[in-house]
Amino acid sequence: MKPVLETHDLTVIYSRKPVLYGVDLTVHAGSIVGLLGPNGAGKSTFIKACMGLIPLESGWVELFGQRGRKAIRRAGYVPQRESVDWDFPVNALDVVLMGRYGKLGLFRRPGKADREMAMDCLRMVNMEAYADRQIAALSGGQQQRIFLARALAQETDLYFLDEPFVGVDAATEAAIITILRKMRDQGKTLIVVHHDLTTAAQYFDQLVLLNMRVIASGPTQEVFTEENLHRAYGGRLTLLTQAASERIQQRSS
Amino acid sequence: MEVFWDQTLRFFSFGDPIVRVAVAGCLLLGLACGLMGSFIMVRRLSLFGDTLSHAVLPGVAMGFIWNLSKDPVAILIGAVLAGYLGVMLVRWLTATTRLKEDAAMGMVLAGFYGLGVCLLTFVQRQAVGDMAGLDKMLFGQASALTGTDIQVLAVVSGVALALVAVFYKEFLVISFNETFARVSGIPVRWFNGLFFLLLSFAIVASLQAVGVVLVSAMLITPAATAYMLTDRMHRLIGLACVFGMLAGLIGCYLSFLGAGLPTGPFIVLVSSLGFIAAWFFSPRYGWVLEKLRRISRRRRMALENTLASIYRFREGEGHAETVALSLLGLSRHRNESLEEVESRLKRLQAEGFAKLVPSPRTAALEHCQVVLTAKGARRARTLIRNHRLWELYLNRAADYADDHVHDDAELMEHYLSEGLVDRLDQRLDYPRVDPHGRTIPSKEEARQ
Ligand SMILES: Nc1ncnc2c1ncn2[C@@H]1O[C@H](COP(=O)(O)OP(=O)(O)O)[C@@H](O)[C@H]1O
Ligand SMILES: [Mg+2]
Repeated sequence: MKPVLETHDLTVIYSRKPVLYGVDLTVHAGSIVGLLGPNGAGKSTFIKACMGLIPLESGWVELFGQRGRKAIRRAGYVPQRESVDWDFPVNALDVVLMGRYGKLGLFRRPGKADREMAMDCLRMVNMEAYADRQIAALSGGQQQRIFLARALAQETDLYFLDEPFVGVDAATEAAIITILRKMRDQGKTLIVVHHDLTTAAQYFDQLVLLNMRVIASGPTQEVFTEENLHRAYGGRLTLLTQAASERIQQRSS
Repeated sequence: MEVFWDQTLRFFSFGDPIVRVAVAGCLLLGLACGLMGSFIMVRRLSLFGDTLSHAVLPGVAMGFIWNLSKDPVAILIGAVLAGYLGVMLVRWLTATTRLKEDAAMGMVLAGFYGLGVCLLTFVQRQAVGDMAGLDKMLFGQASALTGTDIQVLAVVSGVALALVAVFYKEFLVISFNETFARVSGIPVRWFNGLFFLLLSFAIVASLQAVGVVLVSAMLITPAATAYMLTDRMHRLIGLACVFGMLAGLIGCYLSFLGAGLPTGPFIVLVSSLGFIAAWFFSPRYGWVLEKLRRISRRRRMALENTLASIYRFREGEGHAETVALSLLGLSRHRNESLEEVESRLKRLQAEGFAKLVPSPRTAALEHCQVVLTAKGARRARTLIRNHRLWELYLNRAADYADDHVHDDAELMEHYLSEGLVDRLDQRLDYPRVDPHGRTIPSKEEARQ
């Protein structure tokens, strides 16, 4: 079977500074992949590169064994929450409905079926009661769920989620991870940027440690070692190391 | 005065062809500006709109110089080209230097405007060709509009309206979340180009009536007014178009009254007054209604607190509802002045929650007996029930100390809905005693 995502020699340079350098990665279908790395490691950049949002210096990205815009449309995207203006005059349902736009194509308007489908997606994230709320009147966790519902409405097999747990309360975090697992069980692949090492081992089937290059990637048990984390986080690993090594000890005992 | 009515009649009968043309022009520009301005505002491109509206000026002059006549099509083309050049210059400056966008825009705006004014002055000095109205480009003069201008305006507004209607979902998602639009396969660059073109069209079409200096206000103000009133983009656009057209019509009329006055400032002034009205009186985000709501909320809380006090006083003295409570007693109990308590009770009486019964012994008001009506007693028990359940909930579920729960509950008792209180009751397993050992009225008791 073709891998869902394959990158080869992926290199991105921002104003003469390499942000990603020679990233080779292969992800197969049906898993939740955690993308971990310190701040500024290039995690968001990696996602944007995969989605064709920024030019590559070299290398290529294949989604479902294909390259180019057609392939990218088969992937869903949940951007970082702060990347949009929440005062924008739309309600929750409007935002979820935007997930249908890609499938609709240029001239068709969203119809009744799309609206119902969007409502279903809201229901899946337990937000149906907020369908006609203006989006600034939602809490951070609710906004994140709206984004997730919009991704669900895209009905794709591969999703990139950029820090979906930031600024979200514990209950929402648990709810989101439950939804992600449900999606995985339906055969979808989720690539999730995350930076809380204490929960990483618990949430993800596979891990990719990234810091400009891929430090390690593979099944969580193999990747989530103190040595790898040290290599990814460098000297910056202090409190985080502690938390992580506690985790590792817990798991091995 | 006579003149005023004459002019008004002449204006609103629309018999005069000059008036007809001017009014049509102002309505169309209000429509075009409201439409494009809505997107400009939600995309936070206001400064961009301002820059573009100034950058087109040299193009207007060049369009005139092209064949020495006020040919709307030549002017349109010249203006769009100049606007494009200005926008490209801003991009180029921000990409290749350390200058940030606002600085680059500020410079380009002023530079192009200066160049435009020079060119226009030069053209007028030459005094060749038909330049009627060319000198009105700075502040706008609707009566200088010609039939051809109106045709161009109508086409421009019509095309803009049709394209936004057809591609509404694309424009919406690009405005809200451009990267998401791109990954959804929407040709964002193409649409942004189209957007730029439509915006330039709207700006150029409005120049003659509003003037370069104030076009950006016509883009932003009607949209901002609409934004005070609605939370949905399609309604915002509709309202912005209506406000733009209204401002166009009224502004045109006002400038017509004092013959020869520039139209632009009047249109913008009317539009700004509209904004101020919306800002003050918008039901949702209006300043005045928010204040009024706050006042009425505070008053209701004060009344409810008085009701609860009466209940508590009786409870403390035994429980019988027959315990006598005078106005003076209540004022001591609540630690408030007699006048305050009196005015509260008058209101409670007016709303049918309480009665003041004169004492048989003395006529003095302060010795009147305070008696709750059945309705008042129900409300008081409900408040007490809310208060005590909330205290208990904080105490048990949220681990608040006993002596900290009162203040929070004092506020919450006014806001808890019946459904929420029922759920609290159930969650706490229908308790009868609060953290301070006092009785919590049950739902049935509260209703009695
Ligand atoms: N548009 C940009 N222009 C220049 N540098 C950028 C840009 N976006 C990100 N960077 C730089 O690229 C690096 C990686 O950023 P990013 O991918 O956002 O990191 P992460 O998401 O892992 O925190 C950072 O050092 C950041 O400063
Ligand atoms: Mg990031």
